[in-house]
Amino acid sequence: MSQTITIDPVTRIEGHSKITIQLDDAGRVTSARFHVTQFRGFEKLVEGRPFHEMPSLTARICGICPVSHLIASAKTCDALMAVQIPPTAVDLRQVLNLAQILQSHALSFFHLSSPDLVLGMDANPEQRNLFGVVGQNPELARDGIWLRQFGQEIIALLAGKRIHPAWVVPGGVSAPLTADRRDAIVQRIPDALLRVRRTLDWYKQIFGDFGAEIRTFGNFPSLFMGLVTGKGELEMYDGNLRIVDATGRIVVDQVDPRTYPEWMGEAVEPDSYLKSPYYKPLGYPDGIYRVGPLARLNLIDRVGTPLADEEWAEFRMLERGATLSSFQYHYARLIEMLFCVEKIDQLLNGPEILSDHVRAKADPNRMEGIGVSEAPRGTLLHHYKIDRKGLMVWANMIIATGNNSLAMNKSVYQVARHFVHGDRIDQGMLNRVEAVIRTYDPCLSCSTHAFGQMPMRVQLLAPDGEVLHELKRG
Amino acid sequence: MKRPFKTRVKTLTIDGMAVGAREDETILELAQANGIFIPTLCHLEGVHDIGACRLCLVEIKGTSKLLPACMTYAEEGMEVITDSERLLTYRRQVLDLLFSERNHVCAVCVSNGHCELQWLAEKLGISHVGVPYLYPQLAVDASHSFYVLDHNRCILCTRCVRVCDEIEGAHTWDVMGRGVECRVISDLNQPWGTADSCTRCGKCVQVCPTGALFSKGKAVAEMTKKREFLPYLQLMREGRK
Repeated sequence: MSQTITIDPVTRIEGHSKITIQLDDAGRVTSARFHVTQFRGFEKLVEGRPFHEMPSLTARICGICPVSHLIASAKTCDALMAVQIPPTAVDLRQVLNLAQILQSHALSFFHLSSPDLVLGMDANPEQRNLFGVVGQNPELARDGIWLRQFGQEIIALLAGKRIHPAWVVPGGVSAPLTADRRDAIVQRIPDALLRVRRTLDWYKQIFGDFGAEIRTFGNFPSLFMGLVTGKGELEMYDGNLRIVDATGRIVVDQVDPRTYPEWMGEAVEPDSYLKSPYYKPLGYPDGIYRVGPLARLNLIDRVGTPLADEEWAEFRMLERGATLSSFQYHYARLIEMLFCVEKIDQLLNGPEILSDHVRAKADPNRMEGIGVSEAPRGTLLHHYKIDRKGLMVWANMIIATGNNSLAMNKSVYQVARHFVHGDRIDQGMLNRVEAVIRTYDPCLSCSTHAFGQMPMRVQLLAPDGEVLHELKRG
Repeated sequence: MKRPFKTRVKTLTIDGMAVGAREDETILELAQANGIFIPTLCHLEGVHDIGACRLCLVEIKGTSKLLPACMTYAEEGMEVITDSERLLTYRRQVLDLLFSERNHVCAVCVSNGHCELQWLAEKLGISHVGVPYLYPQLAVDASHSFYVLDHNRCILCTRCVRVCDEIEGAHTWDVMGRGVECRVISDLNQPWGTADSCTRCGKCVQVCPTGALFSKGKAVAEMTKKREFLPYLQLMREGRK
């Protein structure tokens, strides 16, 4: 008798979603789907607004990565004004973006995922949370909280507040950096480096214990996409796009992101509010690609900062070609945190960082603009059209998590097929299905942050709707 | 508008405090002169009062009606209460209705942090709006080369109308329609950028209490208003007479 298992809601991610797993008569998994159950509508509700409001308006999409939207949106507005913003403004926006990636990666790795890594996938869900980590490995928990706080404080020092600052504006930033604030950040860099490196050493010791998970957590060939500098180094703010295949071979390089409509399609699935972008030349769904930390580290020629480069060289030894297991998003995230700290240090020690020339002003000069940056979760794209008075007439946003939609579905299926068997359901199995989603650190919105206390209900349903088995937690 | 009679002094009490007032002084002016806070939105120092927003309502012993302090003159023996549970309830209701009528979204407003409506709501302890929002679909008028009018944030205080008429002398602004249909309009209900009477002086923008009128190109929370010019302009004009 075929059955459906529903995991609703999925916990320890940003936002609301559920997972359904379909079993056949023999209790084998025949399909598994990841559904995003919330609808936002931002592309529609911004219509008619003055484009100068767009950075702060779109930042409200998310409370975890408002800065990422501020950056991508402000870049789009720069394109509408057709201005080249002052170099100091570029550097300051970069520092802000890197601080954002640092704090978000810390949240994902330490607060949301480390419970699985420290306590094990099969641990009691009541202990398997950040407080459990504090009990088992207090130094790790402290490092995580410290690093997230450091990222948030850089944002507050630059932009005035931690969440939803309005400092990034079309044409640059609204206020220059002061020497005392710069120094307050720079003096904490050595401590930050120490803590990230300590965590990396720990991760490298333990990830071998997760052999089964590494083999089955989204371990499949796909394309990888992300921004790179002109020299092929890791780039979070500017640059052009590169796509590599599963062997690590470059498919296309230095693609101007503004050409995205020519080669990127967006498919709509009937059972999810999340759109599924794909690489058009390979069609749907074969044009599946991944973005985010793992993708970025798979496609670059080198990182571009000394310590992160050393770690990256080791990371590249994991597999020949690209590292395919989504489990290693965790590893990539830690290396990127190291890069963020080093890069922030470099930028803040630049000679012009305290310049007060931080804003270009102009009326709208182009009626259409596209802005792309790297968010913690991957490539983020904003695309606006305005009228001659500067009012929004159309918007399209391809959110970092959306890029991973096809990959997340495929990963859920892979994990479910390996771990779920119809004759028994247990917490460890369900947690693995959730945990694979967590490796992508999906940001479905800013609305909910659950630490395992959210109730989760799983039902096994017969074709006639009869509940055969029910499991509750929380 | 001041009454044209000779000034005589009246004695009365505000919140139990004995005060002396000129006969042509309103309760609002008298309260402000004595350091007593009465919330206002449509009142603007330098132009005449119209008693539209009803936030300055006060209780006066001997009458069951609540009276607007900006339009009520001091009288001999009056006992005025400016702060009571009843008044607070009514004032909060006034703000509730203002918020619900248009689309006031502070978080993404150019005037966030510099808005009189927002400031008053905070001051009067409004944490939620008690009536359902109307969510009207209102267009933004960005036709002017310097300024933008966003009806979504307009509370119909008509400060813009009065300052443009009484100080600048252009009378570009006026209102049309009634009730929820009421709108501020420029010239003959045409896009602001095409209004010939507008001198582009920007007084209306500076006196607007919310983000309904703002300078073009301002990002969220960037619109600060400068109002000091108004009493100064008036003083200079009176001096010349």
